[in-house]
This record gives sequence, C-alpha cells and structure tokens, in this order.
Amino acid sequence: MKAIKYTGLLLFLIGLAIFTGTIFTGSFSLTQTELDNYIQEKGYKSEILKTELKNAVVTNKSLNIFEFSSRVRGAFETSNNFYDALIAKYDAEKNWDKKGEQYQYKVYGKPHTLSYNLAKKAGKGYVRDNAGLMWFLTFGLGIIGALLFILPNVILLGKPGIKNNGIYLNSATNRGAIAWLVLVYLVTFYLVLYFMADYAVNWTYILDPISKALNGGEASQWFVYGFLYCVIMLTMGVRMYIKYRHNKYQIVRTTSVLFFQIVFAFLIPEIMTSLNMPGYDFKNAFPLDYDFFFDWNIENLTNSGGIGIFILVWGILLTLVIVPVMVYFFGKRWYCSWVCGCGGLAETLGDPYRQHSNKSLNAWKLERWLIHSVLVFSLVMTIVTLYCYFSGTESLIGIKSQWIKDTYSFLIGAWFAGVIGTGFYPIFGNRVWCRFGCPLAAYLGLVQRFKSRFRITTNGGQCISCGNCSTYCEQGIDVRSYAQKGENIVRASCVGCGICSAVCPRGVLKLENGPETGRINPTDVLLGNDVDLMQLVNKK
Amino acid sequence: MEHIVIIGNGISGVTAARHIRKNSDKQITIISKENKYFFSRTALMYIYMGHMKFEHTQPYENWFWEKNNISLKEAFVANINTEKKVLDFSNGEHLSYDKLIIASGSKPNKFGWPGQDLEGVMGMYHKQDLENLEKYAPNKEACKRAVIVGGGLIGIELAEMLRSRDIPVTFLVRESSFWNGVLPAQESEMINEHIKDHHIDLRLGANLKEIKADENGKVKSIIIEETGEEIFCNVVGLTAGVSPNINFVKESGIATNRGVLVNRFLETNVKDVYAIGDCAEQHDAIGQRRNIEAVWYTGRMMGETLAQTICGNKTAYKPGHWFNSAKFLDIEYQTYGWVFSERGLKEGETYFQWRHPKDYKCITISFHKESRQFIGINTFGIRMRHEIFDKWLTENQSIEYVLEHLADANFDPEFYKLHEGEIMEKFNQENGTNIKLQKKSWKRIFSKA
Repeated sequence: MKAIKYTGLLLFLIGLAIFTGTIFTGSFSLTQTELDNYIQEKGYKSEILKTELKNAVVTNKSLNIFEFSSRVRGAFETSNNFYDALIAKYDAEKNWDKKGEQYQYKVYGKPHTLSYNLAKKAGKGYVRDNAGLMWFLTFGLGIIGALLFILPNVILLGKPGIKNNGIYLNSATNRGAIAWLVLVYLVTFYLVLYFMADYAVNWTYILDPISKALNGGEASQWFVYGFLYCVIMLTMGVRMYIKYRHNKYQIVRTTSVLFFQIVFAFLIPEIMTSLNMPGYDFKNAFPLDYDFFFDWNIENLTNSGGIGIFILVWGILLTLVIVPVMVYFFGKRWYCSWVCGCGGLAETLGDPYRQHSNKSLNAWKLERWLIHSVLVFSLVMTIVTLYCYFSGTESLIGIKSQWIKDTYSFLIGAWFAGVIGTGFYPIFGNRVWCRFGCPLAAYLGLVQRFKSRFRITTNGGQCISCGNCSTYCEQGIDVRSYAQKGENIVRASCVGCGICSAVCPRGVLKLENGPETGRINPTDVLLGNDVDLMQLVNKK
Repeated sequence: MEHIVIIGNGISGVTAARHIRKNSDKQITIISKENKYFFSRTALMYIYMGHMKFEHTQPYENWFWEKNNISLKEAFVANINTEKKVLDFSNGEHLSYDKLIIASGSKPNKFGWPGQDLEGVMGMYHKQDLENLEKYAPNKEACKRAVIVGGGLIGIELAEMLRSRDIPVTFLVRESSFWNGVLPAQESEMINEHIKDHHIDLRLGANLKEIKADENGKVKSIIIEETGEEIFCNVVGLTAGVSPNINFVKESGIATNRGVLVNRFLETNVKDVYAIGDCAEQHDAIGQRRNIEAVWYTGRMMGETLAQTICGNKTAYKPGHWFNSAKFLDIEYQTYGWVFSERGLKEGETYFQWRHPKDYKCITISFHKESRQFIGINTFGIRMRHEIFDKWLTENQSIEYVLEHLADANFDPEFYKLHEGEIMEKFNQENGTNIKLQKKSWKRIFSKA
C-alpha cells in the first residue's frame, strides 16, 4: 500500500515537473505574412511598431518564450515611447492638431498581455504539435499520481473516523520545508497567471483541443486556470470523500461544491460561449464577482439580447434577494462551503491546511477591519463605475472610474484573492481570502450574524475544552471559547464547513437551522449545574 | 484587598479564578508547578497523535492572565500553615493568603507493583507524562511494544495514542470485559471488538505481576499474574485510575480521607480553606454520585459554585443530573442519567437495549419495570442532546415518552442516518406496545422543564 502511495507521489511529481517544464520549450516566431495579418487584424497603425515587431519576431532564430516576450514588449515600448516623445514635443510647441494625431499610433494594454496575444499565434514545437500526449504527461500523470497517492488511504487510514494523525508531525502540513516549497510554487503560479500570462502560453496549447471541443475557440490562460481548478478540486475531492467517509454532511457538501464548480463555473459558461452567448457563472454573486457592474460587462450583456438581460436581472436578484434569503434560512454556508468556487478550492485542495488559521484575538480584530473595508471598497468602486457609466463622466467626487477599477482588480482581484488567498494556503491556512478579504463573505456574514436561523449549537455541558474544534476551524474562530461556556456559536465569519462538529470527540457541536429565539444564548446555559444555581448566577 | 490563593491551575482552579474575577476585584494568585499557563489535560493525547500542538490546548491566550489581573506563580507547595495562613513552597519561599482553594487534581494510581518506578514506566495524566512518552516511545523503532495496565478511559486513550504511531500495544484489563464495572455487557463487548479491530492485543482478566528491568534500569518486560507470561516491551503505561493529589495537605490539619474532605459548600474543616475538583471528597455522596468525582465538568461546576460563595453569595454545590461522555477509539459515548452495569442494576430496574446490526452503534436505556420511569441512557455512536435529557430526567418522564420523542434528542450532524424507527420497532416488539415516533419539534426542544 505504501509502495503504491509513493509511486503515485513520484508520478505526480513527474507530471508536475513536465507541466512546469513545458514553459521552457518550443520556439516562437512569425512569418512576415502572419505578422502583417495580425497587425491588420488588430488595426495597429504605427509604422515604427511594424518595423520593430518585424525585427523582433520574424526570424529564423529559435526564440524561447522569454526571449520572445522580451522582444515583443520591447517593440511595443519603443513604438509607444516614440509617439510619447512626439506628443511631448508637439505639446511644448502647442501644436494641438499634431499632438492629437499621434494618439492613434499608440497601443494600449499591459505589455505581457500584448505579448501573450502574439505568442499564442507564434508558438511552434513539440507541445503544440502533440497536445494529446502532452495532456497525458502533465494532467494525466498528475491525476493518476495523485489518485494513487490518495486511494490507498481507504486502507491505510484504517476504520472510518477522524483521521488527523500526524498532521502536526508532517513537514507538509506543519509549516515545514515542504509547505514553504508549495507556497513558493503556488505564488509563482499565480504571479505568472495574473501578470505574465505569455510565459505560460505553452500550457494553453495543451488544452487547445479540449477548449475547441467545448467552446469552439482556442484555450486562453483563463481556460487553463478553470480547467486546472476543476481537476484539482475533483482529485482532492476524492481525498475528502475518503477522509470524511464516516461523515455524511461532509460527503454531501463536497459533492455540492464539486457540482457547482464543474457545472456552473466551468461547463455552462463554456457552452454559452460556444452558443455565442456571454459566458456567465450563474452562481458567482456580486460583489465577489466584482466586475459584474463594470461598463464593459453591462454593455456586453445589454448587447446580447434576451439572455444578456436575463443575466443582468439574475445577477442583481442573486445579490439582493436570493443570497440574503438563503442566508436567513441556512446560514452563509449555503454559499461559502456548498456553492462558491473559492470555498470549493479551500475545502478540497485547502483541507490539509485548515489548521493554520490564526485563532488569536488580534487576528479576529484584523479580520473585522479588513473584510469590511474590502466590502466598502467594492461598493464605492461599483457606485463610481455605475455613476460614470450612466452619466457619461469619468469620475465621481474626484475618484476616477478607470483608476478605482484598475486598483481594485489589481489589489483585491489578483493579489488578495489569488496570490495571497490561495498561494499562502500552506502557511496561513485555506481561507485567508474568505476570512479577511471576500466582500461577499462580509455581506453574508452581516446577514448571518444579525438575521439568520443558522447557529452551531453547543451541547449543554459536555465540552471538555480539548480544542480540536478551534484548531481545525479554517475561519480562525475560537469555537472552544463558546463551547466550554455552553454558548451557541453565532459568528459572522462561520462558513458552516462542519469540521468542528466532525472533530469533536464528545459530540458537543451541531450545525442547525432553527428558530431565531434561543439562537444566541449567552446566559441561558446548562453546564450541568443545578438549575437554581444558574438562576442565581443569571439574576446577578 | 482580600487575597485568594488557588493551588492548581487545572479546570477547577482556573474556573474558580475566572468567576471570582468576574464578580469581584479580589487579589487572585494561581499556583502550579506543572505548567505556567492553563491547558486542557484532556487534549494531551492529541499532541502525541499530531492533531494539535501544545499551544492549541491552552484555552486562553497568554496575555489573558495579566489582563484579568490574575497572578500566576510557578512553584510547588510543600506545606500549608493554616494557623498563620501561609503557604510554604519547596524552594523555601512563602506566600500568605486570606482564602485558600485547594484544586490540586489527581495523580495516577500505583498499586505497589514491583518495578513501577522504572525508566519507561509512566502514567498519562500530567504534561510531564507526555514528555516522557515522547522520549520513550517516539516511534515503533524505539518502542517495539508498549504494555498498558488498567482498562479505563485513560488506558484506552493511551492505546489509541500509541497506535497512531503504529506501536504494538498489549492492553491488560483486570475485568473479564472492558469497563464492565460501568458499562452493560452489550456495550462492553462492542468495545472489546472495536479494540481488537484496531490491532490492540487486548488481554481480559489479566493483572500485572511485576515489571522487569534490563541492565540499565529500563523497562524490559512485564509478567502477567494469572499466566506468568512474560511480555517484552519498552514502555509500560499505568492507567489504573487516579486518586487525589494531596500529599502536601497531610500535615496541615485539614481533614482528609482519600481526598480533602468538604461539605456541600466545598468548605474544609478549616475556616477559609476550600477544596474543589478531583481532589475534593464529599463527606456524604450527592445522590448516586461518587464522593470523589474526577470528571472534567464537575471540576468546572465546583469552580463556578465556589466563586459564588467566595464573592459573598453563599452557594451549595448541587450538580444536576449525571451526565458524561468519552470516546473509545472511533466510537463516541454519551450518557445521561444513570445506567449501571448488570451488577449495579438496582431492584426493579431493567434495560431496553438496541444494537445496530453492522455499525458500532448501540443504546441502553434504564427504566423502572413498574413505574416505567426513565432513569438513564447510554448511547454509542449516536449523539444526544444534553438539554433534552436533562429536562426529561427532571420531569420524570416514562420510557415510552422518551422513545416517542427520541427525534427531539438526536444531536448527530445533519444528513446522518437516524435509527429511531428501528429502535422504536424493537421496543414495540419486546413490550407489545404500539409507540409511534413523533416528529422532531423545535417547540418542545426549547421548552423549559
């Protein structure tokens, strides 16, 4: 059994190494015709750019992606610098007509994105020509290896029950060297994905056939991310099924997050795209879906006929009605640990790291400041955006619409939710984004705290203060501090994953939806003391 | 300002300190030699098993004590001078008090076995025991086999700990079946099966004769009394119960028996000296409870109760209906009211029992044959709601009522398979009754007794 496990680990690492290694393969160049077509397609008017790009990419030399990217970015920069200089010159001469003319030659966009678009067309080599085989050697080996590593646990873990043996004795799950290596890999992955996508263009070739089959187009870096996301959740979902096979709540919940990720977040949007509809994830609620009210999205939707209008109405309804009503009846868990994609990854890939959430009072203070600040930030951004969209202006009370959108996308969308939120799993736990950053979680939390039927009931006086519940709470809630006082747990941040109840050795905790009366019971405790003593205590 | 000194920073002493602080601004000092900060003894096992780190066993962050103006003193009390109201520490220091609370807990029993103090022999109670175990049984290479002596709750926990590192375990249990002095046969036998499932070498009806040493004075083997069999091992765990840890009280004039003797107000025979928790012994038992109750929650209750008295609201210790819980490897156990083993059954009492055909789940309900009064319930593998059973016990409900409303009491996580139907069916068959299960009702759950 152990041999199978380690063979699996080896296969997985080989798959991962090949996947990572593909980045460095292939050669990138274009023929003059290809380049001309591309320039025409994009409508670039700058002659400088044409010459520069020709020098950069029409070549017999075998350029790897890094050289290619650097040359392309250089070409765009040279061209833009040239016209910026002209603009400055005419500006100094107060020659407004000439100055105005120059803007049409400039090319806007992030350098790595411009480079990605060109690289996608320029790549040649083994990976692109053998997508099927490469899929097997990367995704295939990864999946097979991971499953071989995970499946023997059915036997190795022994009888069904709580299986946390050795978590704090293992480097990978106790912030050891392996955990730090994983962190570095994940952070690098997100930096490449968000900021240097051209470097990973080889990955998109591997998935081109699947992408074409699903939506008719070639794979983008976001398709790669979406596909990888689903594969990882499924594989680590298998691990959840085995680890918590004694606990039906965990089984049902895991099935639910897998379903919503694969069907709602991945398949439906792809199929919609193939039908020339706007691809939309019907469960992704604003303000987590922070660009829902961005001008380009509203325009895209309003120009897409009936389905666009339906999505627009659904999106608004989802945030304003469906989300709070469901939180009232079931707590925010219905979203955060049953439906949400971020939650889904946290509950599968992130499960081995759930114990790393910080339980100190200071962390709780930080959490409340940070998450509500992000909520306010997202709302201000949306108000500014909508105001500017409908009034046709560029700013509201001095806040520029474009600036605040870019800032939010960069700081919150990319850094907080991606690089820190997932990249830091192995050290800070699996819910960093959900606990400290997600504006939707903040909104759901306010509803859950003040108007909901959900609570974690504490079972009278049975708590022995062992602390398993607090240790394994991914949201950093000090569950024990409530349980040992006989108090129910009603906290804005609780995502209702149910692990505290699962790991409790004395059957003290139960997630329930019940009447609001008696939900919060700070004084009405039954610790086992005779009732009249408690009445005395309560009278005071 | 009145100075309250508490000996022992376990659950009893700390609860007393917290509640005294809640209700007053008296000066409070807690003394302990085991560890400066309060931790949950119940969680020591999880550190060895790698579920937690030591810091996770501390319910309060380290700043808590200073913020609440509770002084912590790391010292060992050698003697109590009740005349002068002064504590003498083993390092020669002294501390005077106005009121003294003895909450010094328990220590593992040793019954004078030859070799019981050898290297590699340990209890599983103190933080130091854990450190010892980590030293002598870090893995299965260093510890080829461990022998556990005493089939109680700590014994089975120690077995689980060692098995988590794949160390072979022989488990000597004096009784003919695990914990059958407390558990009915059905349950005791089920636990026997489960212990063997976990590849633990369970020896029933086996007593320890002696522990043998190797040439370095370390444990080499043990000899079983009944068979004379020698079992080679590197670690011996002594888990044959605990007794009050009160040696330092003996010379003080404070009356003791096995524990420090107290009345219902937790007062000793000496004015301004109190005892709570595992080390306190009631002059007269409360209900059917034992005079010494070494249970987590009773320590907590005594701490709360005494804090009331010390803060001027004189309050008797009146624990409510008996309840308890434990976990035997993977099987959770809860009990509410009194369920005695067959030999403890009182006149006129009987059981209703149900066991799941495949899973390790079962229940035993004790009730009066004539009056049908419900007396208590044991559940294995099924969680029950404390409040509901407490209410039913107070209301003297009948067994029929309890079964009819069993759905109200279930506390298993959502989506779990419920067995009330099967349980009811078995009862109806055995008793010729026709009880129908009532649907779960929040209204009943929240109504007060």
